[in-house]
Amino acid sequence: MCSSRLLALGLWLIAASASAAPAWEALGKPLAADEIASWDIDVRPDGVGLPPGHGSVDEGQVVYDTHCASCHGTFGESTDYLALAGGVGSLGTATPQRTVGSKLDYATTLWDYINRAMPFNRSKALSVNEVYAVTAYVLNLNDILPADAVLDEHSLPQIEMPNRKGFTQAHGMMRADGKPDVRNTACMKDCLQTPPQVSSALPAGFTHQLYGEIGPHFRQFVVAAPAAAAPTPAALAASNGCLACHAAQQTRVGPAFADVARRYAAVADAPAQLRQKVRAGGSGVWGSALMPPQTTVTDAALDQILGWILAGAAAP
Amino acid sequence: MQEKTPPRGRLRTEPSLAAPPGRRLFLRQLAGGAVLGAAAGAAADPLPVPDSAKQLGKPVASSPYGQPSRFEANITRRQSPGLTRTNESSIAFTPLQNLFGIITPNGLHFERDHAGLPDIDPAQHRLAVHGLVAQPKLFSMDDILRLPSVSRLHFIECGANSGMEWGNVAVPTVQFTHGMLSCAEYTGVLLSTVLDAVGVDLKRARYLLAEGADGASLTRTIPLSMALDDALLVYGQNGEMLRPENGYPLRLVVPGVQGVSSVKWLRRLELGDAPWHTREETLHYSDLMPNGISRQFTWIQEAKSVITSPSAGMTLLDKGGYYEITGLAWSGRGRIKRVDVSTDGGRSWHTARLQEPVLSKALTRFRHDWVWDGTPALLQSRCMDDTGYVQPLLRQLREVRGTRSIYHNNAIQTWQVAADGGVHNVQL
Repeated sequence: MCSSRLLALGLWLIAASASAAPAWEALGKPLAADEIASWDIDVRPDGVGLPPGHGSVDEGQVVYDTHCASCHGTFGESTDYLALAGGVGSLGTATPQRTVGSKLDYATTLWDYINRAMPFNRSKALSVNEVYAVTAYVLNLNDILPADAVLDEHSLPQIEMPNRKGFTQAHGMMRADGKPDVRNTACMKDCLQTPPQVSSALPAGFTHQLYGEIGPHFRQFVVAAPAAAAPTPAALAASNGCLACHAAQQTRVGPAFADVARRYAAVADAPAQLRQKVRAGGSGVWGSALMPPQTTVTDAALDQILGWILAGAAAP
Repeated sequence: MQEKTPPRGRLRTEPSLAAPPGRRLFLRQLAGGAVLGAAAGAAADPLPVPDSAKQLGKPVASSPYGQPSRFEANITRRQSPGLTRTNESSIAFTPLQNLFGIITPNGLHFERDHAGLPDIDPAQHRLAVHGLVAQPKLFSMDDILRLPSVSRLHFIECGANSGMEWGNVAVPTVQFTHGMLSCAEYTGVLLSTVLDAVGVDLKRARYLLAEGADGASLTRTIPLSMALDDALLVYGQNGEMLRPENGYPLRLVVPGVQGVSSVKWLRRLELGDAPWHTREETLHYSDLMPNGISRQFTWIQEAKSVITSPSAGMTLLDKGGYYEITGLAWSGRGRIKRVDVSTDGGRSWHTARLQEPVLSKALTRFRHDWVWDGTPALLQSRCMDDTGYVQPLLRQLREVRGTRSIYHNNAIQTWQVAADGGVHNVQL
């Protein structure tokens, strides 16, 4: 034992001193540059990642009218879906509009997003040149590019967006140890100068109109659960314990229901006979196994079960 | 000082038919005391023996993958009507009002998709890691499941959680005010392990781009410091593989950071030296301030708490009496240190019990005993994390950020209990 511990320590020291890469570092298949090219579609503000290509505002209008206008509006004005145009100067007002022209800081973001995610129902369907063209058209809708403009991988990163200086990273939420912008205190008593007043609540009827009946969103056991659908004869056979000894098609402790159906096919008062046998129990008809008297099953359930058995005990 | 365990019931040394004085007092405080009195009286019917006790139940494995009881059919995720224009780029909220403890069941974890729910075959799925690395690599799911693994409990909260309530009350229940929030035990590989396996260029790399395999190929910039700290490549959630709606078979989890950074259906990581300014960090997921300037890369989810019961939409059955106030607290900066509860709209506060475990960047369950006197009440919870930060009032947040920033509303929530027992979402 002592020697095996020494051996283990020795092996650990060898492993540690060699500082060799752990064995798992070998996992994963080396990836060649030409393999990743089809996935490596991201574009940065400095233009890194833009593929060679070009497209004009005029060409872009054709692409836009075909693929984009149905959601975004003929002039990018849609408010049903995201508006693409307008809103410049609105961000500091009470009704800010977040559009391509008003919010983006770099035009490369527009190209990247159209290329990876649009059209919404068929993303990545546009060619590189179509993406340049429709990017040019959307920028023209925002009065950022003139109507005769042509975009390519060199000109796109040069575009100065109206909101280029509209972002700040001077805040405390980039790091776990960043400085918060508000400071509350953990007062415990006599914390308010004036009694609390409700300043906002939902208007009467609002919830029901928009969300319907929300009672079921809560678990309240005193409210009766909705009545379950009437159980099938097969379910009744299961819940009354019949299936502990019988099966539909196979002989188990007792006969298969299908065999019972065959034997009683020509018997006129089969239901009555079987009802009596089930209630009384017995043995000898199908072998020596004893069927205990079945007293707990209700008459209604038993009639349903027997009807199902005599009809061949089909699966529900 | 902080009471960490619930009050214990008393053990009696000998049986006594007479209720002890404390018990009688307690019964008088219950509005439902009349019901209890009747039950203790003479002419009560014997309790019916339930049918379940007289029947053979279903065979085992009647449901090979188990489902909740049919009586729980209403406990579901829900969309908020009118919030999104399509059902594919949309959000389904977790029913926080129905849940216990801190773990969100996998079927109820909130779901935010940007281009619908993809159906991904794990045998075909690959993760590419490239850019500023010594050896770009392609990992199969078999490769990833062979890497050294860890399990961690973390919350994921969408940056826009409670975002509809900046200006005024807008939604009726905690499912819609706070339900872009879930917590699970995630199993996977530390991202730093994978970055080791490709030899990340620590001299030049500062950021990485995470990209999903969905139709949106959703992309987010992650700072390398977070990637090397506690970010996880996750395949397991609460003991099973991720559900499709939560990123099957592979997602990123960046603990404490707004949910959009925990990219689902992860298929590519690219190391770079500058942020990408993707659509989801410029047009959206940036916090618009009153001066028109947007705070960008607002990654951290600051400390926040909410009472989940009693909460808006519920009705308190007894008009007065004992109710347990319970809820959730969490912080993207670390552990929850304390939660205080007020029943008078913030005039006075009482420190709640915290349920163990209290974990960093995970949900913490708190509880507080409340004997409602039957008059209108205003319920609030206020948490403090281990940095000393105290969850703010909505008024304090508005003074700095206005009402148009959408994201990162971590204000104290108020529920109004009316005299009729109805509970409502209000702002003070």
